[in-house]
Amino acid sequence: MTRPPMEAVIGLEVHAELLTESKIFCACSAAFGADPNTSVCPVCLGLPGVLPVLNERVVDFAILAGLATHCTIAEHSRFARKNYFYPDLPKGYQISMYELPLCVGGHLDVLVDGTTRRIGLTRIHMEEDTGKNVHDGETSLVDFNRSGVPLLEIVSEPDMRTVAEAGAYLRTLRSILQYLEICDGNMEEGSFRCDANVSVRPVGATTFGTKVEIKNMNSFRAVEKAIAYEIARQTDVLAEGGTLAQETRLWDADREETRSMRSKEYAHDYRYFPEPDLLPLVVDPERVAHVRARLPELPGARRERFVREYGLSPYDADVLTQRKDVADYYEAGVAEGAAPKEMANWVMTELLRIVREEKLDRALVIREWPLTPLQLARLAKLVDAGTINRNTAKGLLPRLRRTGQDPEALVAAEGLAQVSDRGALEAAVADAVAKNPKQVAQYRGGKTQVLGFLVGQVMKATGGKANPQLVQELLRAALGG
Amino acid sequence: MGTLHELSVRDAAERVRRRDVSAVDLARAALARIAAVEPRLGAFLTLDETGAVAAAEAVDRRIAAGEDAGVLAGVPIAVKDVICTKGLRTTAGSRILERFVPPHDATVTARLRDAGAVIVGKTSCDEFAMGSSNENSAYGPVRNPWDPARVPGGSSGGSGAAVAAGECHGALGTDTGGSIRLPAAYCGVVGLKPTYGRVSRFGVIAYASSLDQVGPFARDVADAAVLLEAIAGPDPADSTAAPRPVPSYLAALDGSVRGLRLGLPREYFVEGMQREVADAVRAAVGTLARLGAAVEEVSLPHTEYAIATYYLIATAEASSNLARYDGVRYGLRIPEKSLGDMYEATRAAGFGAEVKRRIMLGTYALSAGYYDAYYLKAQQVRTLVRRDFEAALARCDALVAPVAPTTAFRLGEKVDDPLTMYLSDIFTISVNLAGLPGLSLPCGADAAGLPIGLQVIGRPFDEATVLRVGYAYEQATEWHRRRPPL
Amino acid sequence: MPITRDDVRRVAQLARLRLTPAEEERLTADLGHILDHFARLQALDTRDVPPMAVVEDFGALLRPDAVRNPPASDELLANAPAREGRRFRVPKIIE
Repeated sequence: MTRPPMEAVIGLEVHAELLTESKIFCACSAAFGADPNTSVCPVCLGLPGVLPVLNERVVDFAILAGLATHCTIAEHSRFARKNYFYPDLPKGYQISMYELPLCVGGHLDVLVDGTTRRIGLTRIHMEEDTGKNVHDGETSLVDFNRSGVPLLEIVSEPDMRTVAEAGAYLRTLRSILQYLEICDGNMEEGSFRCDANVSVRPVGATTFGTKVEIKNMNSFRAVEKAIAYEIARQTDVLAEGGTLAQETRLWDADREETRSMRSKEYAHDYRYFPEPDLLPLVVDPERVAHVRARLPELPGARRERFVREYGLSPYDADVLTQRKDVADYYEAGVAEGAAPKEMANWVMTELLRIVREEKLDRALVIREWPLTPLQLARLAKLVDAGTINRNTAKGLLPRLRRTGQDPEALVAAEGLAQVSDRGALEAAVADAVAKNPKQVAQYRGGKTQVLGFLVGQVMKATGGKANPQLVQELLRAALGG
Repeated sequence: MGTLHELSVRDAAERVRRRDVSAVDLARAALARIAAVEPRLGAFLTLDETGAVAAAEAVDRRIAAGEDAGVLAGVPIAVKDVICTKGLRTTAGSRILERFVPPHDATVTARLRDAGAVIVGKTSCDEFAMGSSNENSAYGPVRNPWDPARVPGGSSGGSGAAVAAGECHGALGTDTGGSIRLPAAYCGVVGLKPTYGRVSRFGVIAYASSLDQVGPFARDVADAAVLLEAIAGPDPADSTAAPRPVPSYLAALDGSVRGLRLGLPREYFVEGMQREVADAVRAAVGTLARLGAAVEEVSLPHTEYAIATYYLIATAEASSNLARYDGVRYGLRIPEKSLGDMYEATRAAGFGAEVKRRIMLGTYALSAGYYDAYYLKAQQVRTLVRRDFEAALARCDALVAPVAPTTAFRLGEKVDDPLTMYLSDIFTISVNLAGLPGLSLPCGADAAGLPIGLQVIGRPFDEATVLRVGYAYEQATEWHRRRPPL
Repeated sequence: MPITRDDVRRVAQLARLRLTPAEEERLTADLGHILDHFARLQALDTRDVPPMAVVEDFGALLRPDAVRNPPASDELLANAPAREGRRFRVPKIIE
């Protein structure tokens, strides 16, 4: 029996920790890393008699996120209680939003394999984070520093069909939140969390298959692997005539598989009802306009502009606009006169390499660069003008970084300018040809790649300073081929 | 000296201010009175002799130094045990908080302290304020000072009894469905439930978030006005506390009701009411009419739905508010091997039967499949109840009514049937649903000498008119001078 | 609307209340009795009646984003039934 071709239906639910000073409902610090149970107060500990008071910056951040994703900002929204018992949930309910969220009906345009796909966004709402449970043998230890940290819950429509789309959606969303400077998007540290809803169905079907929720994915790669695994698992089960349970499964990063959470004793009935301790939230058009004025140019728009204005490939523009600070850096360099493509090259190959290696990208905004945009731009210009060759330039990077010197000054001071004088080089070329008859014969015999060796000989003889393109040109002429 | 504990709040404060009597003497007089009558009443769960004397000494020092020590300086006040007092055990009348010592003051507690009041102790109440007779305290019932075989009313029975018995000059209670007004009526004192949002709920152990309000008990209306002024007002820690300024309620008492229109809800005079109660309330209305008020009958047609509406909303909110009592961060914990067992064993041991019953009801009303038929429906009917009052109060400046269908009943008389107990809240409950201010003050006594209360209900944030009506009635009668035979 | 013993068990589980068989029986009767009284609400036509969202809507209270609470002293943890250093200790969740 032939299997009908199946397609995956993927929805993603992201929880983003917001970068406010204080928690959502109390004036405790929301900063990460304090000693256990020091950033707590009666309110976020859920002591008897306490009441929540809403942090206005959380509302503004939520509006920013909604506007950046083309949502409608609801004029009337309401917090609601989600009731369940867990040790890290101090009140026995989480203050979230249910029937009346703040933002609805947006979308994200994501670039996947060169094409743009529009992924719908169902809703964005505000809620409070829980504390942290740490297992310790036969007991658990609970720290409530994180209890009450503001979260945005961002729910996508089940519009994704491939792992690549899911990955691109996540990266795009994170990028947007970073541009807005409302979340640092760190999956490993837990400030950006993702749950996935995965189902499969025959291609062309209009109804949905059994939906499985996947949790416990702690990196972008884990999300991609988990979704891929789950699609395959579901497809196999159905192909063998089995049925799928609507359940929650956990990603096991060690075994690289999803496992069913052993069935909970009690099904979750959250008994949502409107939070009586908080009045309905009214966000009027003035507030929205005020927040809208603070929207920066968003990654998608910036990427398109880079393609248009700088003639970059969509791929390169995408890499350069993933982070706002990198995009700002790039444009600063171009403003200093570097050729756009050269600057792109230098930023992508050299700058970002250092950034990744030294984990500078952990910060929401990189403020201390290994080289300044001016330095890198001038270096790029020197190479572009043929004053030094690329190798020489690369070699200068550590020194430029250490000293903060202007590359032009350094090159001039040390006479590093490459030799582009034909006359001077002709002698060196003739010399190399004379000293390497075997390779010359090979080249003339058709083995053209041996030219590289001869170029290398000339470079050595000139202390690396010869202009390699010119050397190549002269060698070819000398060898008559 | 022997009658120091009988002074009104205003007189006590005045005499302390004038240095006619020391705050320490007042405190000691209250504590002596408590020692004398507590064995018969059981009104207090926790006494703070040391703290009270220290606070009194501090007041005396400030006054000696010529400072303004506050409008309630030196006056012994009691606080219902659902209101958090920093450093002083707060139990909510429950075993689950038997050893809980709050690290925070409720806002009303802080305001009392700022006004110089001397907090003598925490009064008993029905567990988590759930009850109408104060028989649901885990620490034993409170007895009515007028007849120890009878209930003082609930859930603020301890506060009502303490003020009636002269154990303190004033007290704070909370009222969710009548829990200040009912004990005030049964104990023959004044009790006020302010408009919802008039007084901060921060630090008040929550029963039903959209219904709870803190209010004063006192032996006369002017005292209640002074206490209300001291605790009322917006609070940055309570999103539901109204951002409205606090008028001088005391200054608004001018004793005149001439030209005021008073409404009498016809649905509040029912079959099966104790005859003496109906008569006393009608007589009180007659007095008000003689004082110049215009009285007319009004209708609150949705009255018969109020109990169901209240008990669905209150228990739903309560089921959620009481989820935090799980043995994790404070309170009772029954050690068990698994977390689930710990939760279940702790809550089974820590909560009494009435609390469990209400948690069950509320959880059911919110649960999947029942939310629309129960909780949502009740919130809709609540709107209808509110509209009834809006219509009546468009024509009238205030409404007058009984507080309860009977005078204080006997201990144990109603515990077997919870529904019967619930139905006795019929005259007070709608006022909480509508969020309106309600005052209870003495207007008579039955053949056994048990007090009868008169209820005055007003427009939102119009405590001034409510107090004015009460004051005018009070000053024209002698009921407020009666004291229990202790 | 009668409530069954199974309903009572389910609700008790949701509320994390361990009930004795006697309690279960009593509650089934009590709750059934009470819910019968509540049934009268169904007689009311509330189709166009909005649920009472708040008692008085004077606009949501918003707080400026500022840290006002100092690092917590031991006082806040003093009521803890079981602690390990500054953390609350609880039995492990057994699935």
